[in-house]
Amino acid sequence: MTIAVWEPRLRPSRRRPDRWAAWRRGLFGSPLNIAITLALALLALAAAAPALRWALLDATWGGTAQDCAARSGACWAFIAEKWRFIVFGLYPNDRDWQAALAVALVAGLVIVTGLPRFWSTRLIAAWIVVLALALAVMGGAPTGRLVPTDKWGGLPMTVLLSVIGFAGAFPLGVALALARRSEMRLLRWMAIAFIEVMRGIPLIAVLYVSTLIFPLMLPPGMAIDKLARAQVAIILFVSAYMAEIVRAGLQSLPTGQYEASRALGLSWWMMMRLVILPQALKAVIPAFVNLAIGLFLDTTLVIVIGLFDFLNTARVATTDASWNGYHNEAYTFVAIVYFTVSYAASRYSLWLEAQLRARQDSK
Amino acid sequence: MTAISPDAPAPGAPLLKNLLGERPLTQIVLFVVLVTALGLLGRAMVSNMARVGITPGFAFLSRPTNFGIGETLIAYSPESSFARAILVGLLNTLSVSIAGCVLATLLGVALGMARMSANPLLSSIVRAYVELIRNTPLLLQLFFWSASFKALPATRQALEPLPGFYLSNRGIYLPALQIEDGRMVATAILAAVLVLFALWRFRRRMSGTLAGAATLAVLLLFAWGLASAGALRADIPVLKGFNIAGGLSLTTEFGALLVGLFVNASALIAEIVRSGIQSVPRGQWEAAESLGLHRAQIFRRIVLPQALRVITPLMTSNYLSLIKNSSLAVAIGYPDLVSIINTAANQTGQALETILIMASIYLTISLAVSYAMNRYNARHALRGLAR
Repeated sequence: MTIAVWEPRLRPSRRRPDRWAAWRRGLFGSPLNIAITLALALLALAAAAPALRWALLDATWGGTAQDCAARSGACWAFIAEKWRFIVFGLYPNDRDWQAALAVALVAGLVIVTGLPRFWSTRLIAAWIVVLALALAVMGGAPTGRLVPTDKWGGLPMTVLLSVIGFAGAFPLGVALALARRSEMRLLRWMAIAFIEVMRGIPLIAVLYVSTLIFPLMLPPGMAIDKLARAQVAIILFVSAYMAEIVRAGLQSLPTGQYEASRALGLSWWMMMRLVILPQALKAVIPAFVNLAIGLFLDTTLVIVIGLFDFLNTARVATTDASWNGYHNEAYTFVAIVYFTVSYAASRYSLWLEAQLRARQDSK
Repeated sequence: MTAISPDAPAPGAPLLKNLLGERPLTQIVLFVVLVTALGLLGRAMVSNMARVGITPGFAFLSRPTNFGIGETLIAYSPESSFARAILVGLLNTLSVSIAGCVLATLLGVALGMARMSANPLLSSIVRAYVELIRNTPLLLQLFFWSASFKALPATRQALEPLPGFYLSNRGIYLPALQIEDGRMVATAILAAVLVLFALWRFRRRMSGTLAGAATLAVLLLFAWGLASAGALRADIPVLKGFNIAGGLSLTTEFGALLVGLFVNASALIAEIVRSGIQSVPRGQWEAAESLGLHRAQIFRRIVLPQALRVITPLMTSNYLSLIKNSSLAVAIGYPDLVSIINTAANQTGQALETILIMASIYLTISLAVSYAMNRYNARHALRGLAR
């Protein structure tokens, strides 16, 4: 009886796979692929040609509504005319640099937070300070003239609602996740009830609670700003999803981490603060980014309670009687902005995941 | 430090500790504070409601609504009760959600497969589709679909993409099956089920293709029998002047919401399907190939059962979010549960009661879907385990 012994002497080929050859094989390798390629190419051409003609060739880039009506393509002149309203809403025109400054502050904060080299506990302080500053600027601090929140709108509102929503939900979500894994049974059941109820109902329902029920609970004569109520509703809603992400992070840690910290004599708080949370939170950062993208896109739901966020200002702009309903132009403009931000964030999430993995491997 | 030591039971309260776990007193204090706060808010609410002349309670449910609803699956008029209006909303939510889940699954699985195609043109077009859908707000997509449906031609120039299918700005018309003789149809369905059950018992004796062909043949035979006996009639819409008569008609709001929801969900499902199938290691394909299975067999017998374990839980949350997203109907004028609850709350002032009803309905739906999907998942997870 012969026993075949296979010795893996062959090393994997060093030659780089030929990208172009793979492409050609994929496109034209079999009759089926040729048919798919041809059909798709024709379809893409049939769809792209009118779209291109509409968006670029036949488009009107400047001028008045009459100029637009004379041509068949997109009316970008409408955006040129209305962009200020779409971006800033009803914010006082002479002071909209304040709104722009607030957005820039928040955007800078988010970008700095995204870079791993700045990760430290000082970020928490930076978030509190910068967000407070952005709100003050938005409220009219630089000029000393108050801008009430019913004049806020457009992109600044979307940015503030989503970033403050995320920032507010973070501590609450961590607390809920800890409560859900706590040994304190009553506390655990309260956390579970809150999380599951929030995750079981739509965001719109929570927003309705904030507009319909919450005002009824206040003593007569007292009122809380509508925007603030919506913000609280968003924070509460997102915190439930945040809690589930944090819980996944906590569960991903081996029990040895808990036992070792206990053996070192750390108190529960010290164990959480110094050992468990830093590792658990780091493990779920990509999920946080995805949640943030989802939140950014979902803030559009505040439309149903009558707030003028970025999507709503665009929609309202199209109702101007002198420009007859250029929906496609307005929605395209808004879609490009949302897409750019979300797509950049999702690419960032992939980059970060690779970075974190590389760091893990190099340890 | 004694308070946190797990081994030293707090003196005097072993019963509470057994019941509540760590630190029972702190928990009770916290619980009482929370309940008191909620109670105070509730009392303020009751007195505020009393001031404007509203009595808390569910008595309003039997009062007539005095508002019309554009789209109802059951008989409804402004004289109907609020309870019935809420039922109408629930049925509307369920019908758009169920249709959405089915269509999203079909499109999503097809897109997920196309995304993994070796053809770079096909996979990159699908990728562009997925990225575009995932990175724009669902509400914006709904506005787009709503505007597109409104921009359809008037009834007289209705589009007819397929014979018997009409698209116009007044509605969408599809061929439907009209039941003429209910008893005969019911008997036939029962008989068909029995025959298929018998077929299923003997399915091991025949090949998969043969079983499929036999099933199809049985179904066609029964359908043909019913049609020729006049119990079942195809109801095909016909364009007559200013109207389209017959068939199944859907409103453009329903159409826009349905298309928006399933197109949105299909992009997510495509990614789930792809990640699920790619989660099966290449070695599984190679090992199955070396056993002499061909590609279709490998996929069905080896890869799919393992991929489903990854896919099913993700699909569950996707279905749940589609159901919850159907509440965006309120923004495009489709009378779903949330939209009717909102109208009812504004009309009666019974905001708390109506919202409690809505929350409990959504929670029931969520729990039911989770339960069903977990049952399905458990079956596949068990089958996949090595034992």
